Amino acid sequence: MDLINAVIVLLNYTIIPALTYGSQLALGAIFVTLIYGILRFANFATGDMMSFGTMFAVLLTYYFQSIGINFGFLPTALLTIPFAIFMMILYMLIIDQTVFKYYRIKKSPPVMLAMVSVGVMFVTQAIIRIIIGPTDRRFLDGEKFILKATEFKEMTGLAEGLTIKSTQMITIVVTIIVVAIMFWFLNKTKTGTSMRAYSDNEDLALLSGIDPKKVVLITWIIAGILATIGGILYGLDKSYRPFVYFNNMLPIFAAAIVGGIGNPYGAFFGGYVIAFAEIFLTYAYKRFLVYILPVSLEPNSLMQLLSTDYKFAISFSILVIVLIFRPSGIFEGKRI
Amino acid sequence: MRNYLNIIIAYSIMMLLIILVGIFQSWSIALTIFNYCMISAVMTLGANIQWGYAGLINFGIMGYTALGGLAVVLVSVAPVPEAWSVGGVNMMTCLGIIILMIFSIRYILKNIQKSNKRNYLIAGIIIVGLILIKIIAGPAIEQIEAVDPAKTGFLGGLGLPVLFSWIVGGLFAAGLAFIVGKVALGLRADYLAIATLLIAEIVVSIIKHEDWLARGVKNVIGLKRPAPYEIDLQTSPWFINLVEKFHSTKLDLANSLSERQDILNQLVIDASSVYVKLCFAGMFLVVVIILLIITQKALYSPWGRMMRAIRDNEEAASAMGKNVVKQHLFIFILGSAIVGIAGAMMVTNDGLFTPGSYRPMRYTFVIWVMVIVGGTGNNFGAILGGFVVWFLWVEAAPIALFFINLFTAHLPETNEIKVHLINSAPYFRFLLVGIGLLLIMRFRPQGIIPEKIIKQ
Repeated sequence: MDLINAVIVLLNYTIIPALTYGSQLALGAIFVTLIYGILRFANFATGDMMSFGTMFAVLLTYYFQSIGINFGFLPTALLTIPFAIFMMILYMLIIDQTVFKYYRIKKSPPVMLAMVSVGVMFVTQAIIRIIIGPTDRRFLDGEKFILKATEFKEMTGLAEGLTIKSTQMITIVVTIIVVAIMFWFLNKTKTGTSMRAYSDNEDLALLSGIDPKKVVLITWIIAGILATIGGILYGLDKSYRPFVYFNNMLPIFAAAIVGGIGNPYGAFFGGYVIAFAEIFLTYAYKRFLVYILPVSLEPNSLMQLLSTDYKFAISFSILVIVLIFRPSGIFEGKRI
Repeated sequence: MRNYLNIIIAYSIMMLLIILVGIFQSWSIALTIFNYCMISAVMTLGANIQWGYAGLINFGIMGYTALGGLAVVLVSVAPVPEAWSVGGVNMMTCLGIIILMIFSIRYILKNIQKSNKRNYLIAGIIIVGLILIKIIAGPAIEQIEAVDPAKTGFLGGLGLPVLFSWIVGGLFAAGLAFIVGKVALGLRADYLAIATLLIAEIVVSIIKHEDWLARGVKNVIGLKRPAPYEIDLQTSPWFINLVEKFHSTKLDLANSLSERQDILNQLVIDASSVYVKLCFAGMFLVVVIILLIITQKALYSPWGRMMRAIRDNEEAASAMGKNVVKQHLFIFILGSAIVGIAGAMMVTNDGLFTPGSYRPMRYTFVIWVMVIVGGTGNNFGAILGGFVVWFLWVEAAPIALFFINLFTAHLPETNEIKVHLINSAPYFRFLLVGIGLLLIMRFRPQGIIPEKIIKQ
């Protein structure tokens, strides 16, 4: 019985939150990796682009709520995803045409493009702050919980409760669907194959008649979908605040590089590596150990490896370690 | 002379802008902007050494700035005897353990062949060391933080003169740069950018959360100043006499003696803040000029030519027998040290250390915009970049407000769009800086004052 309780504690406080957070990071990391693999630069505007898409979802959610449209027990924000994605892709294409295209045609070094993306980051941040302001916004409605701790306790008669927030379930399910479709697209369709070819060897791809304009367009479209959905899922689960999104860029980068930048499978996996590391290293294991250890060995401290203040620092340390020992990432990088 | 014409023109325009701020807003604001411009200029000089001379991309400027700031606290604040007596021994033991760990790892690296055994040994030393530190430091940290937490709760510093901390700040930053350089300099450019950015984040989060070191997010206020305090000036007769002399015509217009006294008091208060800022401006100017002379000499020395050769073609330079790795590490340390000095200068100027305020936006990306806008590889350009971008960063809100009012003049005061725009005026600084960066990168990628190579 104690063992089951201990497992429930772990599930409740570490595994489910880590899966959720990992899914959010994974979507962002695949976005980073796609841009890096096909357009060949580190996009420092990642966090703010995700924030841009989410901003439209927040505004539309408020609008839908005001005219009385809702999505039953699901959050209204899910209804706004297509519109938000549309706006996001539109914005990305405008940015690409006005800013990135010039450097792509000139074949500038990647550092130059990264620097340009810093400029895009500034502009995007400005637009977001001017439109919606820097404050914290919650836009979650509908059912909050799928499973409440008290219900679970009544159901099973255990001492520990298991809580599943609806946002956690939505995040995990939506991520699986989106990522599955994307991998199918990249591997099975002709366009997806041409994108992979372009990423592997640009010149050879051009020789075999692949239209670079089309590849770039499709890349931005996929990137827009991933960025918006990732951003909205994060916003639903926590809350929407532009500054937080900018900061999230860092663990997302960490996830992409840990998995092997340029490799979407690696990025997907990297997201979970980072999330699990962050949560497992900062979780206070006292409650877990109380169940599995005999009474005499009961710990009197919190049994926390690192304080939660260092949550971000953990992901960065993992990244630094990976960069030193295996710069190409856990999976081989630079392949789509 | 002709060579320097564009530099002179650019700097004159910049000075004119600051003087205009002085006339239209106030001299105090103008001097604040000027001082911050100078601090930014030192930071850009540091970043320019790395990026302009050697082509190394360092997005960790925030970390070095924060370390420079930490140096001010550790050097100038008076020590807290109670904290030292409750936890000093333990903390010193921990420091000893860390040093011991480093030396034993070095010993192993040198004397044992590369093998799994070596890796396990190193991992073992690190794990044992960390556990020891956690056991020894844990209770000591709690005790130190419990010492009058509202005021101290940290070990304090050495109580030395604050100017000394500028050098220490540079040394701290150099030390960090040595470690970062050893770890990350082999990486490709964009990886290096990300790695340095993240390492800087780690440094800042340690400073933020280790309260025993510098109070963390509780901030350290009331730091020592190398300049006189306003309050002291306002009561010292020589200063009041000086102000009286300066404004004699204005004072003579007063009708009665009491009115004259009121005006004089107001003038003295204004003048004292201007005087303090002038003192700082003088000190900063000395630092900027010294650094400018050194960097300029270095740029046109054989060493500078070698750096440019390495930047332009690493393989060729190393084929000529230049040690690229060593030179990269050296220049990385040098540039970071200058950034550290700037960090110390900034905290000294503010008189307070607020670890929570170190954010990558302000302390990494804006500095990079300054380097690119000013002119990579040109020290005059870097300084100008610091001035121009900082000026825009500060004055963007008033400028934006002016234009918003201009374009929405026909709308009523309560119009929602107008109110919203006026409220978001501060965010136009991001827009201005971002668009500025994009335009410069597109139409003048070498910056306002481009790199100049003197041919002999």
